[in-house]
Amino acid sequence: MKKDSKKNIKHSSSSDETSTSTEVIAVKVDDLTVAYNYKPVLWDIDLEIPEGVLMAIVGPNGAGKSTLIKSILGILKPIAGSVSIYGKPYEKQRQLVAYVPQKGSVDWDFPTTALDVVMMGTYGSLGWIKRPGQKEKKAALEALEKVGMLAFKSRQISQLSGGQQQRIFLARALVQNASIYFMDEPFQGVDATTEIAIINILKELRKAGKTVIVVHHDLQTVPEYFDWVTFLNVKKIATGPVKDIFNDDNLTKTYGINYKVSIQE
Amino acid sequence: MYTNKTLKVINLIEYIELVFTDYTLRTITLGTTILGAVTGMLGSFAVLRKQSLLGDAISHAALPGIAIAFLITGAKDSNTLLIGALISGLIGTFWIRGIVTKTHLKSDTALGLILSLFFGFGMLLLTFIQKQPNANQAGLDKYLFGQAATLVESDVWLMAIVTGICFIVMLTFWKEFKILLFDADYAQTLGFNTKFIDILITTFIVLAIVLGLQTVGVVLMSAMLLAPAAAARQWTNSLSVMVLLAAIFGALSGVFGTAISASQDNLSTGPVIVLVAGVFVVFSFIFSPSRGLLFKQIRFIKNRRDLELHKTLAFMHHIAETHEDISHPHAVKLLNNFQGYTRSTLQKLVDKNYVQLHGNMWSLTKTGFEVASNLYTKQSTEDE
Repeated sequence: MKKDSKKNIKHSSSSDETSTSTEVIAVKVDDLTVAYNYKPVLWDIDLEIPEGVLMAIVGPNGAGKSTLIKSILGILKPIAGSVSIYGKPYEKQRQLVAYVPQKGSVDWDFPTTALDVVMMGTYGSLGWIKRPGQKEKKAALEALEKVGMLAFKSRQISQLSGGQQQRIFLARALVQNASIYFMDEPFQGVDATTEIAIINILKELRKAGKTVIVVHHDLQTVPEYFDWVTFLNVKKIATGPVKDIFNDDNLTKTYGINYKVSIQE
Repeated sequence: MYTNKTLKVINLIEYIELVFTDYTLRTITLGTTILGAVTGMLGSFAVLRKQSLLGDAISHAALPGIAIAFLITGAKDSNTLLIGALISGLIGTFWIRGIVTKTHLKSDTALGLILSLFFGFGMLLLTFIQKQPNANQAGLDKYLFGQAATLVESDVWLMAIVTGICFIVMLTFWKEFKILLFDADYAQTLGFNTKFIDILITTFIVLAIVLGLQTVGVVLMSAMLLAPAAAARQWTNSLSVMVLLAAIFGALSGVFGTAISASQDNLSTGPVIVLVAGVFVVFSFIFSPSRGLLFKQIRFIKNRRDLELHKTLAFMHHIAETHEDISHPHAVKLLNNFQGYTRSTLQKLVDKNYVQLHGNMWSLTKTGFEVASNLYTKQSTEDE
């Protein structure tokens, strides 16, 4: 399986103009295994994500997509395996990584404003005890503007729509000014306008040389939105450029049913 | 329970005078006020972490510690007993954490389990102590329902010092507390040691509860933690204001609770303080402007009226549109079949100068026409 992925990456560098010419591996996962109560959720995952790709992680419910992201970020403890970010352990590279959790993972009735949530993105670089100041506030306002939410900065977060809440989470990650972005279902429960706004921001990030990894559910939009894809169902089924591996064969292997999608050329 | 030597039946004005002159009353009032403030403050964190029941479990878990401390030392010194309470409270708390992280059990199960096991064990020890031929034994059961009259100056000093430390720690780690409460996983990816922050908050909650046991007692202590915070949440959408308000509500509950209990015969202080805190909660749930039931109902009625008005206006606009001259008069009869229309809505439209009435005929004014044509487009642009 390891060989497979390497082959795909090499293949891509010659054929896919969107990926960088010199192969820099942004995220490397080795033999990652995660289990809840003896039941493996992720089994022996090897994964290399090259720098500058916009990658979708697809797979059925319970395939371990969120678990993969959470284990890479150290939120869940794997029973085996290691993760490195640009060749160094994740713990030393936190500043390079930003995370957008699932919208439903927090209580939106928490007494705070949109601006305040976005400011939380600056807490990591501030470190312990130090309070955010003018510089941090300015960065947060800029991020709010990028996601089109500046007018809502003083809004209590429970009074935002689902799509607006998702944009706030995205803005919070943008403030971190990271190199690698992990996003857990950013398109879940958002309307078409927000989905387009979000994907445009993700594409901008890729243009700026960032690596973006997205847990994604809508298979129809994979070829349109992403240039890289990982099929996951407890084991890694395949990973590589969308052009080369987003096909009925891999979809069938991942989803277990005879899946047919028409990929526009 | 409470009316011994110094405190007789007095009225409220006498009480206020007494607070400044009477040593015992002053000590008790100060004690309950500080206690209310610190539990209110920390209670906000417990409520926002959805750990409302944690306080209940901790206070019940403290009971065996009190009994064991008495059995070991044989003394009734309140500080010794509180250290016992602190230790067993902490043990209970970390067992709850352990159960939640190491087993499949959910936190409510873990809380209930620890609460009843520790409380049962504590009660067992208390009955055992009561059968001992020991002169000092009487009075341990005051920790069940609390007895504010036993507060002495050193107890109040201890409360003040712990509250002070707690306040300083809270200010220092404000940012960390806030992000842990809102999104613990995210805080961890930013590199914060969430376990440390969590333990810090929990330890202070345990400390505050243990300090309150003597005054309010094991059984009612959790109300001191929850009621001021629940009331405060109704009034604000800012975490700092919520914590401040909860501290004020808690302190006021302490002041009024002590006053009421001191001015009446046979009212024990702890339950009265808790009831006063309960009054704050009920008042806040009804009268808070943004979340209160009363204003919600008022807003609902107002919205319904506005909607009726808008519907009627839109209907009139629909009719007026068919004529080139918008102020062309129409019969009022036309409106009768329209369900949003009543005499009073028509009158309101006239009052707003949207519609003119001439006998049985109505016509839209220029402003009325403009408002009507913007009615729905305006709403949709306001939406986002």
